Amino acid sequence: MTEQLILIPGRSAKQGVGLNKGKLKDEYKKVTTTLEVSFEDAARMGLETGDHVKISNHIGETNVTVKALREGKIPEGYAFIPYGPPSSCLFDGETCATGMPASKGMTIDIEFIKKGEKKKTTLPPRSAAG
Amino acid sequence: MSAVSKDNKIVNEKIVENATCTFCGCCCDDITLTVDMDKKVVTKAKDACVLGKSWFLNHVIEDKPIARIAGKEVPLDDAIDEAAKILIEAKFPILYGMSDTICEAQRQCVPIMDDCLGTIDTTTSVCHGPSGMAFQGVGEPSMTLGEVKNRADFVMYWGGNPAEAHPRHFARYAVTPEGMFTPNGKDDRTVVICDVRHTKTAGVADIFLQVKPGKDFELLWMLRAACKGVEIPENSKEICGVDKETLEDLFEKMKNCNYGVIFFGMGLTMSRGRHFNSGALMALATDLNEFTHFVAKPARGHGNVTGADNVVSWQTGYPFGVNFSRGHPRFNPGEFTTVDTLTRGEADAALIIASDPVANFPKPAIDHITSDKCKLISIDTKNTPTSEAAHVSIQTSTYGINTGGTVYRMDDVPISLRPAFDSPFPSDLEVLTKLREKVNKLAKKLNRPYATKKYI
Repeated sequence: MTEQLILIPGRSAKQGVGLNKGKLKDEYKKVTTTLEVSFEDAARMGLETGDHVKISNHIGETNVTVKALREGKIPEGYAFIPYGPPSSCLFDGETCATGMPASKGMTIDIEFIKKGEKKKTTLPPRSAAG
Repeated sequence: MSAVSKDNKIVNEKIVENATCTFCGCCCDDITLTVDMDKKVVTKAKDACVLGKSWFLNHVIEDKPIARIAGKEVPLDDAIDEAAKILIEAKFPILYGMSDTICEAQRQCVPIMDDCLGTIDTTTSVCHGPSGMAFQGVGEPSMTLGEVKNRADFVMYWGGNPAEAHPRHFARYAVTPEGMFTPNGKDDRTVVICDVRHTKTAGVADIFLQVKPGKDFELLWMLRAACKGVEIPENSKEICGVDKETLEDLFEKMKNCNYGVIFFGMGLTMSRGRHFNSGALMALATDLNEFTHFVAKPARGHGNVTGADNVVSWQTGYPFGVNFSRGHPRFNPGEFTTVDTLTRGEADAALIIASDPVANFPKPAIDHITSDKCKLISIDTKNTPTSEAAHVSIQTSTYGINTGGTVYRMDDVPISLRPAFDSPFPSDLEVLTKLREKVNKLAKKLNRPYATKKYI
């Protein structure tokens, strides 16, 4: 099933750190392929953190991993992705005579690809936690 | 210089006091670096933020060729000759980037493009370029960050996320420092955040305004109208996402502060409205001077993007998107800005300095710059998608870590760099000076009328 969201790419501290380590390295690639969506949107679309989705618009498409944010962090209907090659795939070259492409607020289609691997969380024994 | 390590080994250690971090526009110049001079690495960066630490501590001297043509290692001079030949023979050469290098290197770039009858543009065009256009329209109610630290009792961030993009902005300049007229730090300030997302920055806010995406202009215009005595509309929440009572309270606080400042980010310049948004914000700051002292400033991203604006403005009269094809500088965003010249497929040669359009530009622009129709030349300190795609690729040393020079902080204050250790790679200044000389010689051979022009 394909749904639509408004995409807001932007900076993040993790993206900045990954950039310093190297744009061709895995850390940067992982950060820039993480799509943050609201908890409500994720629930409606049946998505969980770690799921793989395809996002696309009339310019291009790219595959990313979903991260569902807790309530109020991002408005329903919107998604955030750190700047990087995946977000650039979706930017239009039209600048409306300013030189600046519309890099925030583009409509994207979001389509489920496959479930993410469940992370195993091992809690420390109570005695160790004091 | 030397010291004894924990395991009693003598290490060749050097301490660099008051080093400047050039990762972001804050240009924090109070960092203490500990350098292992044998391994040529920075081992500690005291007082740096998370981004600054990763900037210094991840810097290594890479084992890679200084210069490559079509992927093959060549002597530096051969690469410079090839780059000069490409640029001078091109019909529409462009130069783009410059925000991560020193002003002394940036000033070599303008004559290169003048001799090539080309187009020079900085990363400003995809950053605060719209704000640069707005400055020309409505002016800039400006200040320095020192003034903000000592005087500002009302601090607002609009469309930016400094907690993640400029982590020390709060502590060094605007929110928590104890200033001359704000001796109690944050207790003496009202901090307001306006954004479409509840970011980490929102955590420091006394008032958080979650504006509807794409409705910044409407919100700014309501506040401007309020300055002229017009009542905030009852349905303001419906229009822009913030209710009337909150806006009235905000407006009272703005009017009644002693010194107000608004820092704004790319939430304004990259969304619908672009330069109209920036212009509305600066006009609001100007309007508020009817009541109190109020200023506004863009929060700039790269370490020396402000320097690039200053150098290109000082040499051509315009800050970015400047074309020399008629022998004199012409400024026209949308026509001479890099995204446009690439998207339209006009540029047939591109000299990219210290930036990475192949990773960050819109897809149509990337498709052109990486195609056979455009010869790509890259001068950069690190391997990037752009340097990997380039026909001529030159690796240079890193400013602020390996080379000195001048950078401009986001408030247009120049700062001298204190490098930590040498690099086997040449500096941007060295490479661009040689390239400038080579291009100038070729231009004179072609009897280009402006090739004898003197630049300061």
